[in-house]
Amino acid sequence: MRDRLIFLGQLGFTLLVAAFLVVPVILSLSAGVTVNYFRGIQSGITLQWVRQVWELYAGEIFLSFVIAIATLVVTLVVGVPAAYALHVRGGKLSRVIEEIITLPLAIPGLAIALALLLTYGGFGSFRRSWLFILAGHVIFTMPFMVRSVMAVFASIDIKTLDEGAASLGASPWRRFRNVIVPNAMPGILAGSLMVVTLSLGEFNLTWMLHTPLTKTLPVGLADAYASMRLEVASAYTLIFFVMIVPLLVAMQMFADEGQKR
Amino acid sequence: MSHRTFVWICLLPLVVVTIAFFLLPIAQLVVVGATGPRGLSAYLAILTEPRYRATMINTVVLAAATTIATLVIATIAGLFLQRHRFPGRAVLIAMLTFPLAFPGVVVGFLIILLAGRQGLIGAISNAVSGEKIVFAYSIFGLFLGYLYFSIPRVILTIMAAVQKLDVGLEEAARSLGASPWAVQRDVVLPALGPAFVASGAIAFATAMGAFGTAFTLATNIDVLPMLIYTEFTLAANFSISAALSIGLGVIAWAILALARSFSGGAVAAAG
Repeated sequence: MRDRLIFLGQLGFTLLVAAFLVVPVILSLSAGVTVNYFRGIQSGITLQWVRQVWELYAGEIFLSFVIAIATLVVTLVVGVPAAYALHVRGGKLSRVIEEIITLPLAIPGLAIALALLLTYGGFGSFRRSWLFILAGHVIFTMPFMVRSVMAVFASIDIKTLDEGAASLGASPWRRFRNVIVPNAMPGILAGSLMVVTLSLGEFNLTWMLHTPLTKTLPVGLADAYASMRLEVASAYTLIFFVMIVPLLVAMQMFADEGQKR
Repeated sequence: MSHRTFVWICLLPLVVVTIAFFLLPIAQLVVVGATGPRGLSAYLAILTEPRYRATMINTVVLAAATTIATLVIATIAGLFLQRHRFPGRAVLIAMLTFPLAFPGVVVGFLIILLAGRQGLIGAISNAVSGEKIVFAYSIFGLFLGYLYFSIPRVILTIMAAVQKLDVGLEEAARSLGASPWAVQRDVVLPALGPAFVASGAIAFATAMGAFGTAFTLATNIDVLPMLIYTEFTLAANFSISAALSIGLGVIAWAILALARSFSGGAVAAAG
């Protein structure tokens, strides 16, 4: 009897916490398709707000995808070979480098953005282009790619595979392409999902780095929250959820898979 | 090409990118912070200037409150979810963890929908007592936002830690006559210590440095990131904002480094 009460108490509490997380999301989804949120869902269901968001913010949404893909390409090209090098080199220098590239996870984005602004703010054409935002996103997401790939290397004894291929006469580049990368694939995929998800939602850095001509999706969101009616802001959030939730689900599935292995 | 050369070539792009877009800018930030009208003492302004000190204390109290509340909530829910099997459990876990990567701006908006002027809490309280409760645009709204942000992360860490607990220890304590509460207090909670430290540090550092939620809720909430933002953009006070953000970065980094040396795991903030 007492165990039953404790169980129900804990269940009730956990349901309450879940409601705290889920109810606002449902409110936001429903507000995005309601004719008039103040009068409630009885006022009718419409897609006019979603359409309006698309007309107003398609540019922002498109630029976010461009930056997310570019961030992914840079973190792949720079991060995957670096993860390999850091793993096989080992030693103190590698640990220091790993430590340094992980710092952007601890230092608030606002500080990194100020640092970039104070250093490159004077380089007009760089400052004004979306490449400036790309630089911030690359610094912010790089540790996720490098560490995700290094975690795979740590679990599969990549050194033996690498040396085996070397003893058969394969060149370093060929080994990297045909042995290292295929074996690192789970880490590369998990890292890629993380990088794209983070880049699409990044605000702390981007808000400081953006210009009126280089606004991203989250910058547009902040703009809509501040200046648009609640229905439009909600419809914009709805579009963001539609884009981001599949990525989150895929990431969660990857994490579960990793736990089973 | 030798193996050694190849490894260096693999490493080179990362070194170049990190130096150009991280180390150099941070060095510049340190220099700007030290070369304003106050000179080096700008770095002490966070402690000596009453206005900045008050903001600093506000921020630390808010971050500490967020951390404690999140740990309590996540421990109760995480222990429950890991220890019981019931229909709907997987759905409940999914509901508790899916906001994991919502950006701060979106969390801010969700808090407005909950406790803002057209919010759910206001509507309910209006219907019940005729008084509309609105607190989204204050430090309580920010507290709620950081809770929203931290709960999924911490629940995941706690659940993973509970899974690794040795059930034999609890059984031994029980067979020696310990009450259920005593088992929780003396066996389970101490064993979760490292998980508390690791996830608590993340929650604390995130609540110290996050900017998006505060920005969405109100620009006049008195916390460190908002102060840095207004000093930089509105007052164009570059050296003070640089010094303050160095201070903020050092605090966040130190908390995480301390937690890592204590718990041995990888610890990272998110914003």
